[in-house]
Amino acid sequence: MSEPVSALGGAAYEGFCKVREIGPLGMLTLRGNIASQAIGKALKDVMGMDVPERRAILTEGGRSVAWMSPDELQLILPYAEAPAAVARLAEALAGVHALVVDVSDARAVFTVSGAGAREVLAKLCPVDLSPAAFGPGEIRRTRAAQTAAAIWMSGEAEVSLIAFRSVAGYVMGLLSTAAAPGGEVGVFA
Amino acid sequence: MSTRLASGGRLIDRSKALEFSFNGKRLRGYSGDTLASALLAEDQMLLGRSFKYHRPRGLVASGAEEPNALVNLGTGARLEPNQRSTTTELFDGLTAASQNHWPSLDFDIGALNGLVAKFLPAGFYYKTFIHPRAAWKHLFEPVIRQSAGLGRAPVERDADRYEYFYAFCDLLVIGGGIAGLQAALVAGASGARVLVLEQTAHWGGRAPVDGVQIDGQPADDWINNAVQTLDGMENVTLRTRTMGAGVYDHGYVLADEKVADHTPGDGRPRHRLWRIRAGRIVTATGAIERPLAFAGNDVPGVMLASAMRDYAVNWAVSPGDRTVVVTNNDDAYRTAITLKQAGLAVPAVIDARAQADGALPQAARALGITVLTGTAVVGVKGGKRVSGVQLCPQAGEGGAVTQEIACEAIAMSGGWSPVVHLWSHCGGKLSWDEAAAMFRPDPARPPLGDDGTGFVFAAGSANGALMAGEVMGDATVAASAALQALGRPAGEAPVPEARSEAEAPLLPVWIMPQGAGPDLRMKMWLDYQNDVKVSDVQLAAREGYESVEHTKRYTTLGMATDQGKLSNINGLAALANALNAPIPQVGTTTFRPPYTPVPIGALAGEARGDIFQPLRRTPMHDWHAAHGVEWEPVGHWRRPYCYRQPDEATSAAVNREVLNTREKVGLLDASTLGKILVKGPDAGRFLDMLYTNMMSNLKPGKCRYGLMCSENGFLSDDGVVARIDEDTWLCHTTSGGADRIHAWMEDWLQCEWWDWKVYTANLTEQYAQIAVVGPKARAVLESLGGMDVCAESFKFMDWQDGALGGFPVRIFRISFSGELSYEIAVPASHGLALWEALHAAGQEFGMMPYGTEALHVMRAEKGFVMIGDETDGTVTPQDLNLNWAISKKKEDFLGKRGQQRSHLSAPDRWKLVGLETLDGSVLPDGAYAVAEGVNANGQRNMQGRVTSTYWSPTLRKGIAMGLVKHGPERMGEEIEFPKPDGSAVKARIVDPVFYDKEGEKQNV
Repeated sequence: MSEPVSALGGAAYEGFCKVREIGPLGMLTLRGNIASQAIGKALKDVMGMDVPERRAILTEGGRSVAWMSPDELQLILPYAEAPAAVARLAEALAGVHALVVDVSDARAVFTVSGAGAREVLAKLCPVDLSPAAFGPGEIRRTRAAQTAAAIWMSGEAEVSLIAFRSVAGYVMGLLSTAAAPGGEVGVFA
Repeated sequence: MSTRLASGGRLIDRSKALEFSFNGKRLRGYSGDTLASALLAEDQMLLGRSFKYHRPRGLVASGAEEPNALVNLGTGARLEPNQRSTTTELFDGLTAASQNHWPSLDFDIGALNGLVAKFLPAGFYYKTFIHPRAAWKHLFEPVIRQSAGLGRAPVERDADRYEYFYAFCDLLVIGGGIAGLQAALVAGASGARVLVLEQTAHWGGRAPVDGVQIDGQPADDWINNAVQTLDGMENVTLRTRTMGAGVYDHGYVLADEKVADHTPGDGRPRHRLWRIRAGRIVTATGAIERPLAFAGNDVPGVMLASAMRDYAVNWAVSPGDRTVVVTNNDDAYRTAITLKQAGLAVPAVIDARAQADGALPQAARALGITVLTGTAVVGVKGGKRVSGVQLCPQAGEGGAVTQEIACEAIAMSGGWSPVVHLWSHCGGKLSWDEAAAMFRPDPARPPLGDDGTGFVFAAGSANGALMAGEVMGDATVAASAALQALGRPAGEAPVPEARSEAEAPLLPVWIMPQGAGPDLRMKMWLDYQNDVKVSDVQLAAREGYESVEHTKRYTTLGMATDQGKLSNINGLAALANALNAPIPQVGTTTFRPPYTPVPIGALAGEARGDIFQPLRRTPMHDWHAAHGVEWEPVGHWRRPYCYRQPDEATSAAVNREVLNTREKVGLLDASTLGKILVKGPDAGRFLDMLYTNMMSNLKPGKCRYGLMCSENGFLSDDGVVARIDEDTWLCHTTSGGADRIHAWMEDWLQCEWWDWKVYTANLTEQYAQIAVVGPKARAVLESLGGMDVCAESFKFMDWQDGALGGFPVRIFRISFSGELSYEIAVPASHGLALWEALHAAGQEFGMMPYGTEALHVMRAEKGFVMIGDETDGTVTPQDLNLNWAISKKKEDFLGKRGQQRSHLSAPDRWKLVGLETLDGSVLPDGAYAVAEGVNANGQRNMQGRVTSTYWSPTLRKGIAMGLVKHGPERMGEEIEFPKPDGSAVKARIVDPVFYDKEGEKQNV
């Protein structure tokens, strides 16, 4: 079998921030009654984590669980582990009305790192990205210009962004343009 | 002449000289100059020509309200027309050119229009529409097009980039004068998140120019301290060069930041459009001085008194050695005093009031300035520049000139109007202040937010608090009220004491002299840019235009690029006079965003070039690009239309791809097909409602073609559904329909059938999907190995999971071409590798990739319908003879009720048939078949139309599908399709399945 290839093969850009397409990354969609014991237990067993609060993302040892909507979670883990995690969750949730599906290949993942990372995203996403309003542990489903995106702080000065795979080139163009030298806004000190 | 004064100029740095050019002439200015101040300092009084009469025009104002001094700024890829020189910061190498003149600024042939002004009255355009009929098209329009217009539109692509910035704050303060700064200090101290915007490059507004003292110090000192204090607050953001452009519902505000207008080409974005969500907004946007309406008030050298003061104090520019001031208020005396103190001559202040004994007039008299009260200007001498002023009593009709004074400039002041634009954008109402003769925000009727309370608070001059002594208190109240509305206690911020000389009341003067007759009134300009005069407004009133909105459109008053910042109040006062109605009853026109023009580039933001729109690419996109692809846009996707070999025509490539697939084997990138997973105990029931046919009884491992309709019964989407397991189905949609159908599903699940246990997931992009199509398809798959794809164990309409050549795949044995066909889904990260593996394995079998056009031809040969070709939102499945796919057993499905309506079930609907031209040619796409007779509109009756039409390389003739009235009952009949060239082509009605009617080829 071939090696998995992410949408842009790890493209990178360096402006006043560094933009990188990362991946492949394992991602699962879990839909169900996320307040239920069954899902809480399955998540604990498979991911070792609790169900996150509204608009929250929990991260432990390179794995994350993100709240996506009142009945949807996103699980993030190494790409190679995704199929097994789907199987284990499906088994743990046998008989429970839930949907678990591998969406690793449907997405493209980017990081924007550097002191101005928040500003790069604030040019594209209608989200309050000030440190007072958005910090590590929170995730926003929003848009990056004309395409859907989810963003979270994956480090003190790093924002991660998930978009659909087909528009990876567009998103890379957006982020690179927003991070181009001279575009510093100087608002989030 | 106008010139630079030897000393002074609070904004210029004389150690930094800059060179620039105007109409090719090389001129010099200083860092800190605006283009306007630098031009004036270089004695460039004449700056442009007016829109209609091509009158010579010079500077009137010093800021955003300037109507005249517009220039073509820059050249080539940085040319921008209609730039206000008063708000253009000077930079080294700036190139500007005047507008709207021919052949030259000094000698303009269009000025002849002025001589025939009598024949170009208000409503001229409308009147020319009427009679004689032919005159508009052949005479008036060509002449007007030649003479009207402002700057030149750029021809080259814009060299600059633009961007948005999404900002959020508790309190947005628009305007960085002393009122805005005080409001920001109050809000900043409360801990609220504050954003302060100032449209110019400098804080403090006009307080320093007007000699305001704050806490006993010059205003500049307080301003510097305030900015420093605010700069030190973490919760406060300050932005200069950022104009609050528009206020919208829910505290949404657009602001335009001129990032690099003054440093072009330095790599920064030229403008940044701020898209702001503010909890509350304080508008501290100041006030604008009004001109006076006297004959000749548009001659270059007639300027607003405040502007003249600005040029003298801020940029050390004298408008001329001798300046006469004409006023109806005390404020204008500041200009007289300022000019006198700068060593310039002020022969007289002409004051329309009977008395002028306030502190400022007295101070002027003390400096030796003559004050002539009860006096008006009746005429201005000079053409391209003021040379003198003629006076008469204000109370009279201007019949006789009582005195003439030689002068080079005239400073006029008709009082001040608060800048209420941003207050008004979202519905804030105004009240008329009789004493100050101005409209001011009515605090009882603010623009209302979602909670029903006001979300805009006007402060300082913008609120009608024109005197320095009132401003600080007013701004503090506005900020505190805004904070209270936000649920925050006001911070500890002192209210400084601002002082300026007391002013006596003004006398409202809307026309000068008050009894001026028609000859004078047609020389009194209201709107300089659009050439609207007092006489035009009066004519409009006489002709019945009583509404100010109608008068505006009839006369074009306030419709120029300055949107009537100087002319609106004077214009509506003139209208009120003409109608003999009080001013508040006439009211204002509507204030609409933007406050001043925003470049289209800024509104477009980053969306240009490669990122104009999201482009969706499949995992095999680059392979296609490297193999001669011709792209076809499908939604935001790019799909291969065909792959051209060297020197091959597009049509030849399509024909080759069809034949190769029919005879050997083809490879199609079908990744764009929608793939929606539907799972849950109620999934079968749900799909039975969504599709017209049954899906709940599909067996796991099997596929079924299905149709979806809207509630109205029209065909909306189609595709193959595969049942994955007991409670899971995978629904394929059209390429363009995936997102729409997913949203459609969620809509029904979330809004109507919220208690049904169904979850959906859009997996469209999780899989690359590759169709291997043709008689050799099985051989190709077998050569990759790993799965048993023989006819017995993998039947038509089966699907199977497995490992094909080591790839984790799901194969669907379905066909849209009529050939033996396998559609192989693989995780997208392996898509390109599998494509390449299949392509390599297929070489020995003659495999070639094919595109969407070959796909279309092959499906048409088989009579398969295509959503978007055979359907257009008005076509039912029954129209397409798809009754077999409509369940008779089901109690209900979306569209069932709609299809029972009389019109949809009528027997004479147009129905799908095949069409075969008698001469073998290809029917024009979309052609209509004509019937006998004409309809009620005298148009030829129609009986059908072409929906799909192709050259079939397989059958070597043109084939088509179409919708024809009673079509299926008319097999063999010939109908006629007129062509655009006037000829017609005859076609025979036939079965739409042209090829392999028995389906033998796909079932092998």
